[in-house]
Amino acid sequence: MSIVEFKNVVKSYGKLTVVPNMNLKIPSGSFTVLVGPSGCCKSTLLRMIAGLETVTSGQITIGGDDVTHKEPAERGIAMVFQSYALYPHMTVEENIGFGMTLKKTPKAEKKKVVLEAAKILELDQLLDRRPKDLSGGQRQRVAIGRAIVRDPKVFLFDEPLSNLDALLRGQMRVEIAELHKKIGATMVYVTHDQVEAMTMADQIVVLRAGMIEQVGTPMDLYNTPTSPFVAGFIGSPKMNLVEGDFAKQNDCDVFGIRPEHVDLDETKGSWQGIMRYSENLGSDTISYVDVENMGTLTVRSEGSVIVASGQTVYLTPREQFIHKFRDDKRID
Amino acid sequence: MNINTRSTLLKYLLLTWVALLFIFPVVFMVVSSLKPDLQLLQDSSSFRAFLPVGETSLNNYSSAWERVPIGRFVFNSIVVTAITVISSLFLCSMAAFSFVFLEFKGKAVLLSVILATLIVPFETIAIPLLMLVNKLPWIGVDGFQIGWLDSYHVQIIPWIADGLTIFLFIQYFKDLPRDLVEAARVDGATWFQVYSRVIVPLAGPCFATAAILKFLVMYNQYLWPLMTTQSESYRPVMVGLQYFFQLNIAWGEIMAYLSIITLPVLVFYLSMQRTFIASIASTGVKG
Repeated sequence: MSIVEFKNVVKSYGKLTVVPNMNLKIPSGSFTVLVGPSGCCKSTLLRMIAGLETVTSGQITIGGDDVTHKEPAERGIAMVFQSYALYPHMTVEENIGFGMTLKKTPKAEKKKVVLEAAKILELDQLLDRRPKDLSGGQRQRVAIGRAIVRDPKVFLFDEPLSNLDALLRGQMRVEIAELHKKIGATMVYVTHDQVEAMTMADQIVVLRAGMIEQVGTPMDLYNTPTSPFVAGFIGSPKMNLVEGDFAKQNDCDVFGIRPEHVDLDETKGSWQGIMRYSENLGSDTISYVDVENMGTLTVRSEGSVIVASGQTVYLTPREQFIHKFRDDKRID
Repeated sequence: MNINTRSTLLKYLLLTWVALLFIFPVVFMVVSSLKPDLQLLQDSSSFRAFLPVGETSLNNYSSAWERVPIGRFVFNSIVVTAITVISSLFLCSMAAFSFVFLEFKGKAVLLSVILATLIVPFETIAIPLLMLVNKLPWIGVDGFQIGWLDSYHVQIIPWIADGLTIFLFIQYFKDLPRDLVEAARVDGATWFQVYSRVIVPLAGPCFATAAILKFLVMYNQYLWPLMTTQSESYRPVMVGLQYFFQLNIAWGEIMAYLSIITLPVLVFYLSMQRTFIASIASTGVKG
């Protein structure tokens, strides 16, 4: 069992408190993604689990053990850094086996374990190379390899894919998700990319200014966001959130509808608007429509729908997908 | 001749002129060491000073060798310099490592004090330092005691830690990615292992630069050893140089002496040259 738990954790830098009171349970074997905008302390939380950041007060436990004041190496964790953090003067083999070298593991055993990890990650042909001779994706795999050989209870990923190009990011996303299935260890993954969060996570924790906004499965967050912040953060393109008179007429402070839940028609519909601009992505068309009282709404329709700018269009929301919020909370 | 060729030619002429400017004193020294005093003085007003012409021989070398114990002086200098450079690199880099990667109380104050020592010239503390080493307790036990004055350690210990070397290492370590240190901590490295296995191997150019700077300072020591050593058994090369100015000054012998004592510097520099130049070059491509 390797449940990671934050109990009343507070983090301050001098007089500035960045995490006021964190209580969070990360289930054993889960793939939990911490998401949020820059400065929401997602990396700070990860670094506190790793022991790279001190805890001002409160307790962190891993598998029931209080690790709050333990050294990083004593916590049973492994971490993959955004910058890969590979030792430039060591070969791939030495990088992966560095932890075991420090532990003075017998050479034969070390070689065996390193080779196993390298095979899983398809690095076995590159063991003699140095990091500078590897591509971005290969470097990231070495960093993951270094984590695997530690056989940790918990894997920590700090925005591991943000330095890769879009294609490689997609591949690595699949590889990490497969690795999780294969190993079954608890994984905590920090990202600001909500696509990564939605596609990889069993559980997503949405953070804002050091506090939890919502915890749930990706579909929970998509279908029933509990606040306008989560509603706007999860989903791409982001949800249309309308405030002001229109929201008041609908008995709420914020009226929300996702772009894919609005139907666009050229002849009839609930809301009349003017097509401002549309982007055709092939499979989808993303349209930006100016609607009186509501502002600019984003609409996602099939790629075949093409309407010229300046033309009058009609929008109809699908009633069952309307989200209403009052006092920053969801109204059911 | 097009503009490109002309500018290249100009560049080469300028660089050659600068190179000659730097190499002339060395050539003058070596060439003069081969000439008798009279000819040396006559040639010094013309370009002949840089050419091995006229009556040349190795006589100056043999008489310089007879006049002072050159071998002993060079040995003393090498012992003092080598021990100081090695200890200094080790201690100053560890100090810098602590300042950059560790958190402890009073860090900022301590660092400012160390950096403040950079603006204090040695001459201002020479006398207090002399009085201090003079009063320092003797090392050893009854029957086997070593004093501080007239020894190797009086020339070594006060020079091991210095602000400039610590500062050099701090600047270099600050530029190294912090993630590497954190990754090593997660991998189970102790702080000393982080220093020795991760930081030191990456700081080669900085070590080379610090070594050369420290080597030059130590090999050129004059005032301090002159104040603290009396016997030839401990005096270094620069103090040995003054022996030639005591009675009749023989310029040829002085040049021969200087040529001999320059050799270790050249050997050291050439052995470090590649790393030293790499360190200078790397400062230009960082970031």
